[in-house]
Amino acid sequence: MPSFLQTIFNYINGDGITVLPEMELLLIAIGILIFDFLLEKKEKHWSAGVALFGVAMSAGGLFQQAKRFNAEHTFRPQVPAVFGFQSTIIIDGFSLLFGAIFLAATALVILLSVRYLEIEREQEGEFYSLLLLACTGMMFMASGSDLIVLFLGLETMTLSLYVLSGYLRREKRSNEAALKYMLLGGFSSGILAYGFSLLYGLTASTNLWEIGNRLDVRAQIVANRGMTDWIVVLAFVTVAAGLFFKVAAVPFHQWAPDVYEGAPTPIAAYVSVGSKTASFALLVRLFIWVFGGSQPAWQYLIAGVAVASLTWGNLAALTQNNIKRLLAYSSISHVGYILLGLVAANETAVTGILYYLIAYAFMTIGAFAVVTVLRQRGLIGDELVDLDGLYQRSPSAAVLMLIFMLSLAGIPPTAGFMGKYFIFLSLIETHHPALAIFAVLYIVPALYYYFRVVLHAWLTKPGEAPAPAMSSAQAVALGITLFVTLAAGLYPEPFTRLARYAFGQ
Amino acid sequence: MELFSHHLLSVILFTPLVGALLLLFVPRESSLLHKLVGNLFGVLGFLVSLPLMVHFPAGSGEYEFREAADWIPSIGARYALGVDGISMLLVMLTTFLGMLAIASSWGAIQQRTKEYYILLLLLQTGMIGVFVSLDFFLFYVFWEVMLVPMYFLIGVWGSDRRLYAAIKFFLYTLAGSVLMLLAILALYFNTAKATGIQTFDIPTLLAAVQNTQYSAVFSESLKAWLFWGFFFAFAIKVPMFPFHTWLPDAHTEAPTAGSVILAGVLLKMGTYGFLRFSLPLLPAGPALRWKIIDVLIVLSLVGIVYGAIVCLMQKDMKRLVAYSSVSHLGFCTLGIFALTPLGLSGSVLQQINHGISTGALFLIVGVLYERRHTRLISEFGGLATPMPNFAAIYLIISLSSLGMPLLNGFIGEFTILQGAFVVSKAWAAWATLGIVLGAAYLLWLYQRTMFGPVTHEVNKTLPDMNLREYAVLLPLVAMAFWIGIYPKPFFAYIEKPVQRIVQQVNPTFYQSAASSRLRQIKEVKEVEEVKDEEKIAGEAARSR
Repeated sequence: MPSFLQTIFNYINGDGITVLPEMELLLIAIGILIFDFLLEKKEKHWSAGVALFGVAMSAGGLFQQAKRFNAEHTFRPQVPAVFGFQSTIIIDGFSLLFGAIFLAATALVILLSVRYLEIEREQEGEFYSLLLLACTGMMFMASGSDLIVLFLGLETMTLSLYVLSGYLRREKRSNEAALKYMLLGGFSSGILAYGFSLLYGLTASTNLWEIGNRLDVRAQIVANRGMTDWIVVLAFVTVAAGLFFKVAAVPFHQWAPDVYEGAPTPIAAYVSVGSKTASFALLVRLFIWVFGGSQPAWQYLIAGVAVASLTWGNLAALTQNNIKRLLAYSSISHVGYILLGLVAANETAVTGILYYLIAYAFMTIGAFAVVTVLRQRGLIGDELVDLDGLYQRSPSAAVLMLIFMLSLAGIPPTAGFMGKYFIFLSLIETHHPALAIFAVLYIVPALYYYFRVVLHAWLTKPGEAPAPAMSSAQAVALGITLFVTLAAGLYPEPFTRLARYAFGQ
Repeated sequence: MELFSHHLLSVILFTPLVGALLLLFVPRESSLLHKLVGNLFGVLGFLVSLPLMVHFPAGSGEYEFREAADWIPSIGARYALGVDGISMLLVMLTTFLGMLAIASSWGAIQQRTKEYYILLLLLQTGMIGVFVSLDFFLFYVFWEVMLVPMYFLIGVWGSDRRLYAAIKFFLYTLAGSVLMLLAILALYFNTAKATGIQTFDIPTLLAAVQNTQYSAVFSESLKAWLFWGFFFAFAIKVPMFPFHTWLPDAHTEAPTAGSVILAGVLLKMGTYGFLRFSLPLLPAGPALRWKIIDVLIVLSLVGIVYGAIVCLMQKDMKRLVAYSSVSHLGFCTLGIFALTPLGLSGSVLQQINHGISTGALFLIVGVLYERRHTRLISEFGGLATPMPNFAAIYLIISLSSLGMPLLNGFIGEFTILQGAFVVSKAWAAWATLGIVLGAAYLLWLYQRTMFGPVTHEVNKTLPDMNLREYAVLLPLVAMAFWIGIYPKPFFAYIEKPVQRIVQQVNPTFYQSAASSRLRQIKEVKEVEEVKDEEKIAGEAARSR
């Protein structure tokens, strides 16, 4: 028996460490399903506690990985990564940072959900189990270095999210959201899989590094002959289209507002933050590592999508009367800003993308958290008019909303401003002044619709809605998001270092 | 005491913020306590700023009271503060007007007092921050942060169209600021490219632009781009002629204290920006430079005349005073872009003057508004009978605003005109038209509201000013007289920094002045030599 345990420990300390955080999450997710049977109806919220424990365990595993990575990094600085699991997993600053963002987002969403589910009378263990499974998928999306692992990670995440967005079985909008999300999501996964298969066909490998090298060789040959490699272009375009679906970039964004509106509010936050960040991790990994050589060629496509996202996201948000829909369109415009970072694609830009994603994660969850708090028995609370006079009803919620809206709009000193700062700077550094002017001017309409929210919360007389009651778990979640939103704006130094660490700088 | 000797600017900057934080812990119901704490920190903010003026080294053209600490080392942003004579005066104006604005709200603001004073104090910190920052990053943060409290001041405590005015103010100003952000980033990036140092330090960046060594990076066209990038932020803030449409709405709808601060301090941030940042970015080549200058001067002149004409047809007192700002600020920008020492120092002094006079005019409108809850000119008439003391103060302030000798407005406008006259007589002539029109609209307004028989029954029993109103208005009247009669100490602070700016931006001015003086000296010497020869010859003749 001891030798059996010994084997396991050896494995965990050896190759197994590369998948340790994911495995921990998976085990706890399954554990919750069993544990849930043992609980009385009124005790179901304990599952949330177990889920939080799982996130903490996984964070511990991530910490172990970070220690190993740092040790190997100083040992062999020329190879800034640890490969494992038959080279299908890569541990580097990038995967570590994204893993931490996913875990933080999951923990925050768990904290927000407990009370929300009680009000909806849907308190079940499966919810938390699915959240952890989705998180497992996200982590594989950031740490996979093999097309199959990446695709499986993506599907694990999206399948869990389909179920979660339809979790309010009695709610029509929730069912509609789940169905739409599944149909369009499945469609986009198909396109992505097609792109992956083309890549495999072109290079006879599923390993990202192999693919990258072989594509470079191929590009060299084709360039010498003075031809255009249309198959590679097709592979790129299909992969890009699949991923644009997942991050909700225009013109592949139509699912986002409906899903956000219908899904349970914490899940809307999770889709908006977790799924988007994970898809960006995959997108950046693929575009920089695999297609990095041809950046000058594809930057125009990305720039076009970015400009379209900025334009459509910002203009459509102007007329929304539902906060969740408004946030959906605003998140589309944020995608535009982040994609502009890929157009610049220099050191500042990658720092900016990471910084933006960190800021985006916390400020968006924060904004959704305030909307979650507004949900009460007999009040859905996601229309703009439901916010009326929030300041009189609950000053702290109104102040929080104001700060998150300022951050989303990019007004200093908040996290959102710093994210935009790096993106704009990178555009100037790479001589894209027109794009920079275009992007910077979109802050103005954005501020207008964010301040419509503020206007309802602060400057309108209260209606008949009662004062929202915040559970202590929700207060903790709001506190954390507020802290990061302000800290990353007032003292950005540690966050900048984190973002640079992710790219081994 | 070390805190005051080494960190005076930080103390000035954060005193209002401390007040705002303290107010957070005062219960919402105790409105009297809010007023007391708010006023206490208003006065305190002014008192801690006094040592700045007292201890400011006379005749210094450099940044004094400097402080610096690392903030975001990875991008080179620092917490760097410092003031020269110009920004020192603007800081003093801010703390002085801030104190009076807070005091003037005692009776006018009755609801949500806690938030009101918190926002006013936050605004105060933001505005001081803009004037004392020596780091572009820090500057931008303060520049933007300040918009939020102003939005709420207008939006919550404003009059009927407050929501529209508040968001209009925010969006307009933001549109300019975001372009400035790009210009700052471009300046930062190109300086890093030229010198290899990543820094947001304002003196370093502006020196790099001017350094001929780096002219390969800072080409004429880049300078012009940077100039226009900054231009919109400042032109909207000032506001220059076609960008002024937010101003009448914001000023009219804001509560009295908000209007005082908007007109008194916020607009100065635009002129300060022109002076400090735009001038050094002017392209050095005469062709491009004069093209830009011509545009700006024409806009200033149009602003002066247009603002004054629009004032003549206003029905609302507050709107009239608001439009008069467009006209008066046109003088300030005219003085700045004349690029002469007199124009610049006149412009700085006029900025202070405008803060005092127009701030006082808004307070005066506020006094009437508190009594009658209307600002329509037609609702008043013959007020001098029930309110004689008010009439006297109002008259002094009107005269000061229209540029009556012995009062502050005259000194500023006269100096600006002198400065402009040296460059072009036509500029001065058009600007003078503005002064004439200014006298017309202010005196006509005074005549319609104060003279003649009392036209409305309710106005017959209006009480004259109370003690609090005296306390707020008399310091402004005193300042108007002080600057009008003895402006020398103020010019002493302005002179050296202005000289430095002109030397940097328009060195030919001093060269031509110096060479002409040299010529004069030579001529005198030659004449004396001739005389000497004659003398010698005469003496020789006599001795013979």
